[in-house]
Amino acid sequence: MNRTFAVSIGGAAGQGVATPGDIFAQIFARRGLHVNAYNAYQSIIRGGHTLLTIRTGLGEVTNFGDRIDLLIPLNQDTIDRHLHLMHPGSTVVYNGDTIKPKDRSEGVQLSALPVNELSKGSRSKVEQNTLALAASLSMMGVGFQPLEEVLTQQFKKKGDAVVAENLRIARAGYDYATANFKPFADPLPMTEARYAVLSGNVALAMGGAAAGVKFYCAYPMSPSTGVLHWMAAHARKAGIMVRQVEDEIGVINMAIGAAHAGVRAMCATSGGGFALMTEGLGMSAMIETPVVVIDVQRAGPSTGVPTKTEQGDLWQMLGAGFGDFPKIIAAPTDILDCFKLVPEMHNLADRFQCPAIILSDLLLSEGRASVDPKDLDFNVEIDRGELITSADSANGQNGYKRYKITESGISPRAIPGVPGYVHTVATDEHDEDGVLISDEYTNPHKRRAMMEKRQRKIAGISAAVLPPKLLGRPGADVTLVGWGSTKGVIREATEILNSQGVTTNQLQIRSLVPLHGDAITEILKTAGKRTIIVENNYSGQFARYLRSETSYVPDGYIRKYDGEPFMPHHIVQSVQEQLAGKTKLSVPVHEIMV
Amino acid sequence: MPTIAQPDSGKLTLNDFKGKIDPDWCPGCGDFGVLSSLEKALFELQISPYDVVTISGIGCSSNLPGFIHTYGMHTLHGRALAVATGVKLANHKLHVVVTGGDGDGFGIGGNHFIHTMRRNVDLLYVAMDNQIYGLTTGQTSPTSRKGMKTKSMPFGNVEEPINPITLALSAGATFVARGFSGEPKHLVELMKQGLEHRGFAFIDVFSPCVTYNHDNTYPWFKERVRKLEDDSHYDPSDWHVAMKHALLWGDEIPIGKFFERKDLPSLDQSEPVLDQEGRPLAHCQLQLSAEVTREFIEELM
Repeated sequence: MNRTFAVSIGGAAGQGVATPGDIFAQIFARRGLHVNAYNAYQSIIRGGHTLLTIRTGLGEVTNFGDRIDLLIPLNQDTIDRHLHLMHPGSTVVYNGDTIKPKDRSEGVQLSALPVNELSKGSRSKVEQNTLALAASLSMMGVGFQPLEEVLTQQFKKKGDAVVAENLRIARAGYDYATANFKPFADPLPMTEARYAVLSGNVALAMGGAAAGVKFYCAYPMSPSTGVLHWMAAHARKAGIMVRQVEDEIGVINMAIGAAHAGVRAMCATSGGGFALMTEGLGMSAMIETPVVVIDVQRAGPSTGVPTKTEQGDLWQMLGAGFGDFPKIIAAPTDILDCFKLVPEMHNLADRFQCPAIILSDLLLSEGRASVDPKDLDFNVEIDRGELITSADSANGQNGYKRYKITESGISPRAIPGVPGYVHTVATDEHDEDGVLISDEYTNPHKRRAMMEKRQRKIAGISAAVLPPKLLGRPGADVTLVGWGSTKGVIREATEILNSQGVTTNQLQIRSLVPLHGDAITEILKTAGKRTIIVENNYSGQFARYLRSETSYVPDGYIRKYDGEPFMPHHIVQSVQEQLAGKTKLSVPVHEIMV
Repeated sequence: MPTIAQPDSGKLTLNDFKGKIDPDWCPGCGDFGVLSSLEKALFELQISPYDVVTISGIGCSSNLPGFIHTYGMHTLHGRALAVATGVKLANHKLHVVVTGGDGDGFGIGGNHFIHTMRRNVDLLYVAMDNQIYGLTTGQTSPTSRKGMKTKSMPFGNVEEPINPITLALSAGATFVARGFSGEPKHLVELMKQGLEHRGFAFIDVFSPCVTYNHDNTYPWFKERVRKLEDDSHYDPSDWHVAMKHALLWGDEIPIGKFFERKDLPSLDQSEPVLDQEGRPLAHCQLQLSAEVTREFIEELM
């Protein structure tokens, strides 16, 4: 199994947890190591408790793991919360002047830095952070130079004096640790590889840029706002019109307006904002104008826990919008997949002229991971479907029918401004010409024909999306089924179970609509002796959906709805208790108090 | 001023703007006058039907895009201005006209109304104000007068109505006017000016509901409306004067252009993104240059 090393930095919001976190991630990735980071935080700008965990390793690191090897508490609260969870061989690096460890953990190295003495004469407000960062790198067996490079880059805008000051403090911390603390048994390895580190939100935004999105709008809502921030910062370079709109109702209507005029349009929100968008989603389906909406799930209902994760919006997505209409829903399975899924969804939305929903969550969107920069390939396939953008296009002038009844259910779509294709679209039911059949000209036969035309697109969508595949060999003791963001942590759990002699494989669902229910039940027939569905919500939303589509009932469930993501041991221990016949529904306890 | 696209062959006729089907409004409805005035304004400016997108929400008057020959969108109740903003930014060469009623625009769509004005989106917004909900068979609207009896307020409206003109002036609309569908010539002139205005042009049009509003009828307006244009001293560039006249309501009700300012850029003019490649976003290359994408990735290393 992949050997990994995890650092956690904890403190109050505003104490500067993020910067050392970024520096660790950068140094690890530049060392050719993989990274996965997760920040457990709160909806507060100053104060409270934040714990950022960065896990690194030679192989792909798919989640933030089970244990902390190095803890940097920036305040007393952090050491009080986490010291008792530290394992033998781990280290705590802290400001010995202000922080006093209360618990005694067997085998944990308590590395107190004499911060006042080491930073004498410093005017820096975060000298304890820099000292701890440098001391930690010393103990990890990382030379001083990578830190020097990063700090120089970080502070060069503030002038040479600030750079020199930070380097002096860093050097003091580094040397103090080298002289006084026991280094980790295994120094951090190094490879020739170089990785890019990005969040799921940045990956989603970049995926939009790769897809050729030219219009992006949003209303700020955690945890989706990162997409808006990337889009806004890169709008001019990427030629993307980015707007912050008055509310999410305006957002989706503006996006649909832009899409109708011919661009690829996208927007992102979280559950509450999505609720406001649902009427617009129906308009997209009815006027057959494509739109791609990202829902970044957070712990609900209502305002819920805005900074915590959950997979609780599935049924909202399934039921979004009144009436019957085709829509596409998919959940990216890791941060790189956030990048890859977006262009795919735009192609599907364009081809089938309907709304498409990307279901991310806080874990993916605000988590960070290393990826091979080659995998961030902007040369993606772009398929805009049957789109008429100039008068030279086929289909001829006059007699153009926007909603022409076809076998595929897809009618060629002309954008405004093209001579010869003038037409009106309507959210009222309409005939092939676009003329309303809702008021004066109601007609049950035409209504039926139009309903069937739109719904025929579902067969095309199903054929265009690949069914899922079993990860691992069939015939296992246990098959773990998950969807979306849990892919990485379930994968690690299967590795641990396999190493313990419990043969385990995994079925991870990415496409939720179309679901490919027949393919899933076929796979599960031979996959394993016991199927357990793992999801980050209370009621087993995916399990209920799978059952409603296929009548399939699994052997057990693992669910978590405390706001924090699964850790590998949560899944492993749940499987063990189910194998022992103790329960069919496991709800693992999150031990870390964040 | 937007460039006015020339028709393919010869001069456009008024007939070129006639829609596929005839309006299904009640006989005598004020909306007929608004529709024919809009057709006439577009015809007189010789704007090609394919260069216009007429966008509406929901309500009797919002059926208008189905009755005129331009590109059209009959969207959701209250959302026409949001949709129109998207259309305009995706293709800023198009002429965008938004039509709808008082309930649609000032009630359910009130939030978008305010924000579209402050953004100065370049479009013409024609509100067909009949001071009643017609399609839902006669309930109080945001502009129904105080005391008016309707099915939803059978003992009389106890709420103050919205004044769309003062609202538009205070929200930063750069062209604010009021018309009356019983004064079609005057209305055509206002619409032409609104179409030529580079920015958000708002025209609140008295468009009487002959079926459900028995208070604010054609004769009621006829004897009250006074054209601002008839007062040679009226200066529509003076916001304070406009505000003062906008508050007049009683035996004399002013119609005409209250206010116009031409010094503010419209939203599309304020966005450098729209100048790239010299064409609308809707016709831009989708793929980004290798140089730009390399930069995006290097930021993450």
